[in-house]
Amino acid sequence: MITLSNVLVLAALLFCISVAGIFLNRKNILIILMCIELMLLSVNMNFIAFSYFLGDINGQIFVFFILTVAAAESAIGLAILVVLFRNRNTINVDDLKSMEG
Amino acid sequence: MIEQTVFYIFSALLLLSAGLMITVRNPVFAALFLILSFFSTSAIWLLLEAEFLAIILVVVYVGAVMVLFMFVVMMLDINLSALREGFARYLPIGGMVAISMALSMVLVINAGEFGLASDTVQRHSADYSNTKELGATLYTHYLYPFEIAGAILLVAIIAAITLTMRGARSSKAQKPGEQVAVKSTDRLRIVKMKVEKTGSDREQDPVTESDQEQESI
Amino acid sequence: MNLFDNMENIYLAIVLAPLLGSVIAGLFGKLIGRSGAHWVTIIAVGISSILSLLAYYHLFYNGGEIYNASVYTWLNSGNLHFEIGFLIDQLSVTMMVVVTFVSWIIHIYTIGYMVDDPGYQRFFSYISLFTFGMLMLVMSNNFLQLFFGWEAVGLVSYLLIGFWYKRESAIFANLKAFLVNRIGDFGFLLGIAAVFMHFHSMDYVEVFKQAPAMASVTVNIWGDESWSLMSVICICLFIGAMGKSAQVPLHVWLPDSMEGPTPISALIHAATMVTAGIFMVSRMSPLFELSETALNFILIIGATTAFFMGLLCLVQNDIKRVIAYSTLSQLGYMTVALGASAYAAAMFHLVTHAFFKALLFLAAGAVIIAMHHEQDMRKMGGLYRYMPITWITCLVGSIALIGFPGTSGFYSKDAIIEAVHLSTLPAAGYAYVAVLSGVFITALYSFRLFFMTFHGREKMDKHIWEHLHECPPVVTVPLLILAIPSLILGTWFAGPMLFGDHFAGAILVAEDHAVLLELGRHYHGQWYEIAWQFFVHAISHPTVILLAFSGVFTAWLLYIKFPTVPEKIANNLSMIYRLLVNKYGFDDFNQKVFAGGARGIGRLFWQMGDVKLIDGLMVNGSALSVRWFSGKIRIIQSGYLYHYAFAMIAGLLLFLAVFVHKLI
Repeated sequence: MITLSNVLVLAALLFCISVAGIFLNRKNILIILMCIELMLLSVNMNFIAFSYFLGDINGQIFVFFILTVAAAESAIGLAILVVLFRNRNTINVDDLKSMEG
Repeated sequence: MIEQTVFYIFSALLLLSAGLMITVRNPVFAALFLILSFFSTSAIWLLLEAEFLAIILVVVYVGAVMVLFMFVVMMLDINLSALREGFARYLPIGGMVAISMALSMVLVINAGEFGLASDTVQRHSADYSNTKELGATLYTHYLYPFEIAGAILLVAIIAAITLTMRGARSSKAQKPGEQVAVKSTDRLRIVKMKVEKTGSDREQDPVTESDQEQESI
Repeated sequence: MNLFDNMENIYLAIVLAPLLGSVIAGLFGKLIGRSGAHWVTIIAVGISSILSLLAYYHLFYNGGEIYNASVYTWLNSGNLHFEIGFLIDQLSVTMMVVVTFVSWIIHIYTIGYMVDDPGYQRFFSYISLFTFGMLMLVMSNNFLQLFFGWEAVGLVSYLLIGFWYKRESAIFANLKAFLVNRIGDFGFLLGIAAVFMHFHSMDYVEVFKQAPAMASVTVNIWGDESWSLMSVICICLFIGAMGKSAQVPLHVWLPDSMEGPTPISALIHAATMVTAGIFMVSRMSPLFELSETALNFILIIGATTAFFMGLLCLVQNDIKRVIAYSTLSQLGYMTVALGASAYAAAMFHLVTHAFFKALLFLAAGAVIIAMHHEQDMRKMGGLYRYMPITWITCLVGSIALIGFPGTSGFYSKDAIIEAVHLSTLPAAGYAYVAVLSGVFITALYSFRLFFMTFHGREKMDKHIWEHLHECPPVVTVPLLILAIPSLILGTWFAGPMLFGDHFAGAILVAEDHAVLLELGRHYHGQWYEIAWQFFVHAISHPTVILLAFSGVFTAWLLYIKFPTVPEKIANNLSMIYRLLVNKYGFDDFNQKVFAGGARGIGRLFWQMGDVKLIDGLMVNGSALSVRWFSGKIRIIQSGYLYHYAFAMIAGLLLFLAVFVHKLI
């Protein structure tokens, strides 16, 4: 039997993996964007789990909206990435520090 | 029993592909691994009776968003060899932070008794339509957010286009209206100049002078 | 007489006339011109003088009553009533006569002395203002008005010392006078405050009434030591007198005050202002009699001043400085008399000294005018041929000063010496030795001055010698007028003032301090009989007279017979000589320690406090520290996305840990 904590643990682990991915990755902005998608995915997992175990459909509705927003956000993020690449000709995170103090 | 096994398999797959995604060198592989993790997730969601969303995940997320990712990955000319330094240096501390975070979260989750196991769950009957239920709630209680979600998507489109549009500088198009409105003075300009004496002893040719003094027609 | 029914108006006129004269001469000086200014003030002070004499006559010879009333309520504040009032009794009316008369004489003298000075009207305004202040002081019936008069005369003294304000030495001197006076005033204020605190009144009569009851009250000033209240009050009040009457160590301003014109040296720093301290202590005799500590203190201070300041006269070469130090010495004598509880003797000496010291100063002023403002005695000599009137009057003044038998100085000085001899206070022994040796010193320096100036070889410039002549009458007549009381006042007043009821009721002397009473047992009869008995007593106990004559003789030897000897003595006793020339180091000490110390503290506060602390640390320091801090914080803004993400995650982890900890 799947218990709620199983799924929640899974989601937590997924989240932590993606967080590690963000700050361990130093070369590629794309990976960062993908890690963001993963984080959103883990959150969605949480919602689905609770929706299933509590018998409430609202969890899934929420996932609906998260999915929408995630899609929109990734589109815009990629557009920004493209423009960045056009200007800087690099997607190496290490090179993008002109905003330093 | 089977449920559990399936669940464990797919979660292992999920975690594995997630881990691989963040560690592979090639960004194309990373995207592919992400797609794999989405598929595993979709399977798990099917287990959890969220059929519609599982399929939507595949269709929308993988089919559209990840394809978009792939486009961008392919489009950007990435220097692969430069993309590897520094990973191992920061692995200890980063790993430590991530592991401690995971531990904390797991501790929290396991500390409390949710008392929610599969057998207490209301399983739906065979003719249960997840889509129908979703639709019933979505278009009645959540109509307003639904519309706003549409607006968000519109905004996203506009934003993406605005950001990346380079303008018309690379396209060559004709403008007939301007072509017709051209006057001769736009194209030809006649300049009056003094006659230059050439080096040889040539007699001044009156015809040549008068030719050069012609006005424009 | 109907005139005397309206004494209140007379008293008001005495006080206000000089004020009016001063205001007119001061504010409308340009309008009324020079002669207008001097006429207005001379008439005003003349009115004061005549009315004072009238009041004197009324009180002493017409059976008049002592007047003690409030004229005007200045302000009411809770329990405190500040009133302007007059207490006209024997003591104050004596002072009034002296002050107004001497002031009047000096007004007339000034016409000649300041004839070519551009600040003519200003000078007259100031000396009239001074007369007003001094009168307010002596006529007051409460402590606060006394203090007002005290401060007023201090202020006018400041203005007059710095009269030639373009001279740097004059400005230095007037500031010094004011500051040293201030120190005395501080003690004085403490005394007045103590009086108010414990007696709850500032009125003389009320305070004197309550005084005997407070004789054994003690106060704690620092920690657990309890001090007798009356001693504290009296010593504090005396500190004020020390400042005003230039006793050691607050004497340093008086020699420097000679920077002012000679008329004011005569008026303020010989006859009247410096005697305000003496007058004040006499007035407070009911209080001082209750504190033997204070009386001993007064004795010591006075004796020290009398003797040591006299020594300084021997090495001064400026004619005015000699007379200034002589004044200091004589003030010491008066103070000693106060300490020995011989208040009447002190007042008597005050009166006689006023006349002959003013005379000496004015004579010196005449000499200075004749010598075209040359003041160094080493450049004078043999002036008796050219300035006979000045010579005679200076001689009269000098013999009065040394106490030549018959002159007024003789009676007053002798009375003091005898009174100190009879006093039973512990410090009286020291005081007696001091005043006795002072007689020799006084004679020596006064005749040193006399011989160096008027006799001996003529050492002046040829140019000055050609124009040397006696001063005009407006200068010499005051000299003659002042010479008369110097000669005969003592004889006339010795008996009544010292042993009679002259000051009865005004001056209170306790039983065991009643030296004058004891002295008076040897003398009885009318004033001329007493004078004769005094004379005889002095001849039969010739110590004092011998000392005086030996002083004169020594002066004759050193400055007429063997004029080269003084220099040899100075060279042989060079250490003592240098000590005397440096005025015992008081001025150096004050300059280095107090003035230098104050400047040093100021510099310390400026450099350390202001520049380093406030500017450097607080103002600049805060800016610099912000800069430093932000420089360190800047490193966090690396520009790297993953750094920011890491920071966020770390923070999140921290929060998580907190919650987990709470949960488990």
